[in-house]
Amino acid sequence: MRRRNPFAALIAVCAVSCGSRLDPNQLFPKTGDVPGWSQKGAPRTFEAAVLWRYLDGDAERYVQAGVVRTFTADYRHTDQIEAVADIHVMRNAAGARRILESESADGSQPLSLGDAGRHYGSSLIFRRGRYFVRLVAYQEAPQMPQDLVDLGRAIEARLR
Amino acid sequence: MNDRAMNRRDVLKACLAAPLQSAAFQGKSKVVIARDPLLRGPGHSIDQPHLLLMLDRALQSFYDRDSAIEAWKRVVKPGEVVGLKVNCLAGRGNSTSVVLVDAICERLQQAGVSRHHIVIWDRLNQDLESAGFRVSEWPDRIRYMGNDSSGYESELSVYGSAGSLMSQNLTRVCDTVINLPVLKDHGIAGVTLALKSMFGAIHNPNKYHVNVGDPYVADVYMLPPIRQKVRLHICDAITAQYEGGPSYMPQWIWPYNGLIVARDPVALDYTGWQIIEQKRAEKGMKTLKELRREPAYIATAADAQHRLGTNDPQWIERVEV
Repeated sequence: MRRRNPFAALIAVCAVSCGSRLDPNQLFPKTGDVPGWSQKGAPRTFEAAVLWRYLDGDAERYVQAGVVRTFTADYRHTDQIEAVADIHVMRNAAGARRILESESADGSQPLSLGDAGRHYGSSLIFRRGRYFVRLVAYQEAPQMPQDLVDLGRAIEARLR
Repeated sequence: MNDRAMNRRDVLKACLAAPLQSAAFQGKSKVVIARDPLLRGPGHSIDQPHLLLMLDRALQSFYDRDSAIEAWKRVVKPGEVVGLKVNCLAGRGNSTSVVLVDAICERLQQAGVSRHHIVIWDRLNQDLESAGFRVSEWPDRIRYMGNDSSGYESELSVYGSAGSLMSQNLTRVCDTVINLPVLKDHGIAGVTLALKSMFGAIHNPNKYHVNVGDPYVADVYMLPPIRQKVRLHICDAITAQYEGGPSYMPQWIWPYNGLIVARDPVALDYTGWQIIEQKRAEKGMKTLKELRREPAYIATAADAQHRLGTNDPQWIERVEV
């Protein structure tokens, strides 16, 4: 029989409380941090219990995987492309992996970002540790896939 | 049935087993699908004149009228406050189109509805704004407001497994409602179309997503204000989504360039579900049943307890224009 780690509960509590100290303003690149991208408005935060107000119908999947809270920010690229960035703070890395693996890989390319990622052209997802990140662009443009990756890399660099 | 003569009990059994639309709908349930391959202009933007023509074709066909205004007069009467229940969960990516709502507002006014008697509503002001609508509650104009503005009733409405506070947009502000869902996949419930879109009229939709939404979606639709006030469904199938819903996932949308019109929400949902399954098959994806998210609530909505319409293709008159 496997022995329980006596510190497991403590680690879990720390992980959750650390999540509560995260400042979304530190996680999202600001206007000018990534060439072409500007942040629109202030980031919003949704705790797990009210995530359905942001992702009604989809929130349960995140809750079951152990989401602690979700940060979201709107972006605009050179006044043409609108995009949204979601950072889901999970209880642990397994939760972030579970979300990523629950999504269809149909039509995607592997993305070398964080611990694992996928690129779908107008959107991308990746996970790093207990973070699951999704970037979605609302319009198409030839350079958009690379621009989205640039924004993703800037976010990934802040998830330390 | 054997060859003995039918007695009264047999007749009763036969009646109970008969297609359910005999109770709720006389004859077949009509579902009109209007499509226009030229709907999009440069840059994938929607061409407003083409959209208006497609809307007119759909309504004229549905009501069998020579003029669009005559068709709209079958839907609404002057003096009524008409609510347009939009679906804005997916933000600007795949919510009810602003251009479609504008086109419907134009026709409603031409049919005699005053602009201050038109209310565009959904769950939250934030949802409306995200989808491109501008929240406005000026009493002399078309109003755009979320349930967080109108408030909810203080007493629960209850049917079966559902117990919810109803939006006052539905119960008090509007005399009648035209439901404007979007054609899309749903990661838990299979699909979200006419029936499920009315989750936007209650305070606790997050409670009803277990067991692929069955029987909750059907039970919520049974709540009297919904059943009594929703008069028509116009499904926005201009941009449809076959995977990853209800959130907007650009990799799984496709330009269906259509509208689906019905009075029977069950028939509309069944028809829309089949369109999504067909697209999934084209893409080599598994069926919703194989993924254990077949929208069983559609059959529940048609059963003897609910009788909200029919999911029997033999009793659905599918018209493509």
